[in-house]
Amino acid sequence: MKSAILQTATRYLLPILLLFSFFLLLRGHYYPGGGFVGGLVASIAFVLHSFANGTENTMKILRYKPLSLIPIGLATSAVSVTFPLLFGLPPMTGLWFEEPIPVIGMIGSALFFDIGVYLVVIGVVLTILFTIALND
Amino acid sequence: MIDNHILAPIFVQLFTAIIQLMCWRKTLTQRYLSVGGSLIGLMVAFRLFNRVYEGGILTLNAANWDAPFGIVFVADLLSVTLVLLTSIACFAVSIFSSVGLSRQRMLYGYFPIFHFLIMGLHGAFLTGDIFNLYVYFEVIIISSFVLMTLGGRKAQLEGAVKYMAMNILASMFFLTGIGILYGITGSLNMADLSIRIQEVQNKALIGITSCFFIIGFGIKSAVFPLYYWLPSSYHTPPSAVAATFGGLLTKVGIYAMLRVFSLIFIPDDFTRILLMVIAVLTILTGAFGALIKTNIRRLFSYLIVCHIGFMIGGIAMFSKVALMGAVFYLIHDIMVKTNMFLIAGLIRQLRGTMDMNKLGGLYSEYPKISLIVAIVLFSLVGIPPLSGFWPKVFLFQEAFSQHQYFYIAALIIGSFVTLYVIAKMWSEVFWKNPPASEGMENLFAPMPPYKKILMVLPIGLMALATLYIGLNAEAIVKVTDIISTQLMDPSAYIDAVLGNKTD
Repeated sequence: MKSAILQTATRYLLPILLLFSFFLLLRGHYYPGGGFVGGLVASIAFVLHSFANGTENTMKILRYKPLSLIPIGLATSAVSVTFPLLFGLPPMTGLWFEEPIPVIGMIGSALFFDIGVYLVVIGVVLTILFTIALND
Repeated sequence: MIDNHILAPIFVQLFTAIIQLMCWRKTLTQRYLSVGGSLIGLMVAFRLFNRVYEGGILTLNAANWDAPFGIVFVADLLSVTLVLLTSIACFAVSIFSSVGLSRQRMLYGYFPIFHFLIMGLHGAFLTGDIFNLYVYFEVIIISSFVLMTLGGRKAQLEGAVKYMAMNILASMFFLTGIGILYGITGSLNMADLSIRIQEVQNKALIGITSCFFIIGFGIKSAVFPLYYWLPSSYHTPPSAVAATFGGLLTKVGIYAMLRVFSLIFIPDDFTRILLMVIAVLTILTGAFGALIKTNIRRLFSYLIVCHIGFMIGGIAMFSKVALMGAVFYLIHDIMVKTNMFLIAGLIRQLRGTMDMNKLGGLYSEYPKISLIVAIVLFSLVGIPPLSGFWPKVFLFQEAFSQHQYFYIAALIIGSFVTLYVIAKMWSEVFWKNPPASEGMENLFAPMPPYKKILMVLPIGLMALATLYIGLNAEAIVKVTDIISTQLMDPSAYIDAVLGNKTD
């Protein structure tokens, strides 16, 4: 499917959607959002790109296989879950930096857990969709 | 007592799986990681068992939220015993599958999924929150569904569809039960539920809710009349997978029943009669099913069903001695059933088939392997002093004192049919001269010696564990004695979870 309108629109939509997904990810600690929704939005951005430019081109801009995101994301989450054990606290306890960071706000282990979920969701969704698309 | 390290067995499996995912398609690395991870897991589980055995119940409040509000993990003796047994089985299966499985299956992620499955099992045993238990059940189902379909042969998919359909149905019942329970009590913490459920006036509603749990766990542990998915699906996946399933998955249902019926729904007369009827019919259908099967793995599948009935009967009688019998049988059953399926895999490797009519002559060719197999088979049948004998003593004793004559009859029939079936299998597979007409493909002989050793080693290890259970029964009886005391009187469990927050 080659459509000039879709291709041009996608060129602008891809960064905006990725930015939006990142916004959702950061917002998720106290408000609606979070790693899962953010990951879905991010993968939708890539799916849109693959509609406009073909799956091969999307895989080219991703450079790595989406499958490799799954273990990275899982590891990030698992480490953030077990990290409090080093301080003698139960797993999953939220650990926070003292000072807020500009734009992002407070950073804690919950954020890293969410980043892990974000990566896993992108990895899983893109792996499934690319597998289906390439088998046609 | 609060201990922040009781989740270590879960994390060992989780990290093993994650590192294996990073080595995607490097099957050799994955094999080493799998065996290494299982060994570490086994040691961690052993340490946890020792600490709980000596120091009493340990708990952990996840994320540091206090007990009735956050998710609690509880390591009481029943949990850690099962975690230890699971770890032993996991170690054996992981060695066996590193040589006994085709490379094709490993390429599609057999090992990571296997470790996720074990992680789910550990989690289900350790959690003290009923919704968290449901979540771990889902982890188990999803992993086991992937393991069952890996390879994608037609028979496998057919078995997997039945398996999936029935297990999702079971999860629905379980989830509905949890929903109603939460509606009437407002809590999900099992220790908290145990207190709150006594204050509920509407006893009929509680009875109905407990039926949801009976159906849900009943499907999972394959009791009559919901068992038929098991024999029609367990013979399809490779033997290493079937060993994990046959040894461990149905036992999670039994564990959940033990937990839920000792803590939340203390069995009343109706529940006892219902469970007893289910137990008797399960034993009988399983036994009669096993009589007519000629495929070794189908036969073992029916024996699983048959022996699940023994344990349900123990739960139905719900007294200290009966629970000792049920728990002892659970311990024995996990070891033996896992090993049986590994043996089936070995026989397939030796002869290329699992049909008893086409097998024969294994004893004359491989006397040492046959000896190990004989130990396991005798333990299954329950020849004294091997492990299958001791739990039946307790079950018979309690059944006589409670005048459960139908259950006694079923126990006797079940035991004799097991004896008959195993004797038939022994004579057909090991003693009979091999039928000359068939060209046997022996996949075992051309294997390099270290692979042969690795294939027999897990069976030997599990046989040793079985021997230990049988010959050192006193130690096991001591453990089951403490477990059944804790099950009959859950106040220690409740105190450990809720602490002194009763004000």
